Amino acid sequence: MNRVLTLLGIAGAAILITSASIAQTLNTVKTRGSLSCGANGQLPGFGLPDAQGNWKGFDVDYCRALAAAVFDDPNKVKFVALTAKDRFTALQSGDVDVLVRNTTWTSSRDTQLGLNATGVNYFDGQGFMVRKALKVNSALELNDAAICVQQGTTTELNLGDYFRANRMRFKTVTFASVDEALAAYDSGRCDAYTTDASGLYGVRLKLAKPDDHIVLPEIISKEPLSPFVRHGDDQWFDIVKWAHFALVNAEELAISKANVDEQIKSINPEIKRLLGAEGNFGEQLGLTKDWVYRMVKHLGNYGEIFERNIGQGSPLKITRGLNSLWTKGGLQYGMPLR
Amino acid sequence: MSHSTVSGGARGGGIGAFVRDERAPALPAPAATIGGFGWLRANLFSTPFNALLTLATVALALLIIPPLVRFLIIDAVWEGADRDACLVSEARPVVGACWAFARDRLAYFVYGSFPIPERWRVDVFFVFLALSIIWILRIDAPRRDLAAWNFFVVLPSVSIVLLSGAKLIGLAPVDTTLWGGVLVTIVVASVGIVVSLPLGVLLALGRRSTMPAVRLVCTLFIEIVRGVPLITVLFMASVMLPLFVPPVWTPDKLIRALVGIALFASAYMAEVVRAGLQAVARGQYEAAAAVGLGYWQLMRFIVLPQALRVTIPNIVNSYIALFKDTTLVFIVGIFDLLKTIEVARADPQWATPVTSTTGYAIAAIFYLTFCYMMTRYAMRVERRLGVGLGR
Repeated sequence: MNRVLTLLGIAGAAILITSASIAQTLNTVKTRGSLSCGANGQLPGFGLPDAQGNWKGFDVDYCRALAAAVFDDPNKVKFVALTAKDRFTALQSGDVDVLVRNTTWTSSRDTQLGLNATGVNYFDGQGFMVRKALKVNSALELNDAAICVQQGTTTELNLGDYFRANRMRFKTVTFASVDEALAAYDSGRCDAYTTDASGLYGVRLKLAKPDDHIVLPEIISKEPLSPFVRHGDDQWFDIVKWAHFALVNAEELAISKANVDEQIKSINPEIKRLLGAEGNFGEQLGLTKDWVYRMVKHLGNYGEIFERNIGQGSPLKITRGLNSLWTKGGLQYGMPLR
Repeated sequence: MSHSTVSGGARGGGIGAFVRDERAPALPAPAATIGGFGWLRANLFSTPFNALLTLATVALALLIIPPLVRFLIIDAVWEGADRDACLVSEARPVVGACWAFARDRLAYFVYGSFPIPERWRVDVFFVFLALSIIWILRIDAPRRDLAAWNFFVVLPSVSIVLLSGAKLIGLAPVDTTLWGGVLVTIVVASVGIVVSLPLGVLLALGRRSTMPAVRLVCTLFIEIVRGVPLITVLFMASVMLPLFVPPVWTPDKLIRALVGIALFASAYMAEVVRAGLQAVARGQYEAAAAVGLGYWQLMRFIVLPQALRVTIPNIVNSYIALFKDTTLVFIVGIFDLLKTIEVARADPQWATPVTSTTGYAIAAIFYLTFCYMMTRYAMRVERRLGVGLGR
């Protein structure tokens, strides 16, 4: 009997330790000396190791920004490559501190899974790619088209919804893998290929003649991609949430990697508050005053991170579109720091 | 070749009959049975069915080999800085394998994300491992008694220090999340191979034991582990374990995968060895008992040498399967060779229609080479031990 009690005691203690350590993510990260970040190891532009094995990408830079905010060193990140299947379990179990892996913000993920989405860092949605020679300029002109799509995905379902809603006829040609679907499209079996717009730009480069294909402007589904953290640690939730807002605000205030050292001397009170020359907003989060300065100094503002990884400075050349600042007709809007 | 030596001269039957007393010069064998043509006829076209098979094989080879050679060598791109080199252009209407991509990414395929200034440590590990393997496997190598100690004690401990680092001797620690490529494939495969044989032998002996508790435990272990897919074992080890234990107790991800693979391989090995144990005649056990050998002496000197000898083909078979199963560690986010290739082929810098094919060709060549070497070694051992001669 005694032995049973001891075992129960150990198990109970273990549960306590687990929940305690989950509630103190910032402390855990500081003690460990590095941020553990769940990332996608295979999505060009968002998360992918390069020839030297360094992780590069839009989502990856968000992890690095957090590390810069906490440690003033964007390299203090341990990247954990996660698949679509194990990403949430890895976050729930505490294997990673934050999940930045092109994950769509949905209600069930935000509630049932015990996670919190921290804010949309990339507005994605399903798009179409067609041959230029087809002379199609809008998805609404795709009546009677044969469309290559990956089997069993939400992409396939959205496609059906869109065509039915617009009273158009279509023929899907489904494949188990992206590669097969793409090869079929390239060989001319389909008129169009559809997947998330962010992915379309990446796969276009795999075609024999990428320049012969265009991505149509229509986005037919909502895929707001957001970093995720666990329920139950509001401090950490705030840090990840405000890191995104701060990066967007930095772009809006034209604070860039190059000029951040001059901008910190600016007389504009908004810039002063953001960069920590005035007020103690970083300390309220449990970080230092200069946390935004650190992020921008090491990685640049939202726009720079975007252009470097997926925009005009990258092979993908994705246009800002929905991800432009709200002042430029997009949806990226940083809440005010004050 | 013997032609008649007596040939009738005068067939009169009289005294003066001519008897040839020397051998006539041997006639050459019929043209159809000698030389290349004869060999062909005897081996490839001996029956209509055989001829059909030969022709089918030749046709198949003609169908596969020339395009393969053309893709891998003749049309291949050897030089280039990025994807433009491997794209179809006016100067290059047909593009084969993009070896420029492989050259650019070779270091990544071998070391993964291992920090560049520390990569010499991986090289030292590879050399040490290769020498140790040669030492323990070559029959004519000197001091083979020490080779086993080196392989099972010195090599693993030195490798751990070398690869993960030790502050005491000035080697910077390298987190296992940074390991990748061939390094991970070799580490996972070697641990699986080295652990599974001894553990498998113990499990097999346990399963045949007369002690009910031991037998029950071993049988349960073997049946449960064998009855569960490897992916499930890895997934459990990687994803579920951290849910049950606090983060401080959670072992490293690579170690979790290594333990999973080692246990899995041991369960399979146990059944292979058990088959060998059953092949040893009962008389052997009785004779050994009769001369007064104890259980462990009986096993060590009489039964196991015979049992392992007959199971060599099966053991190597398991090893080859295990070597290729190591690719499953990518499921839990560990970057083995195949995963590094998957990653590299996704990179827009090299995204072309031939990049994926080239990447998979590299993987195929790598695995084929290693598995072939294992097979060759096993064949040599079999010949030397004369397996199958008496059976």
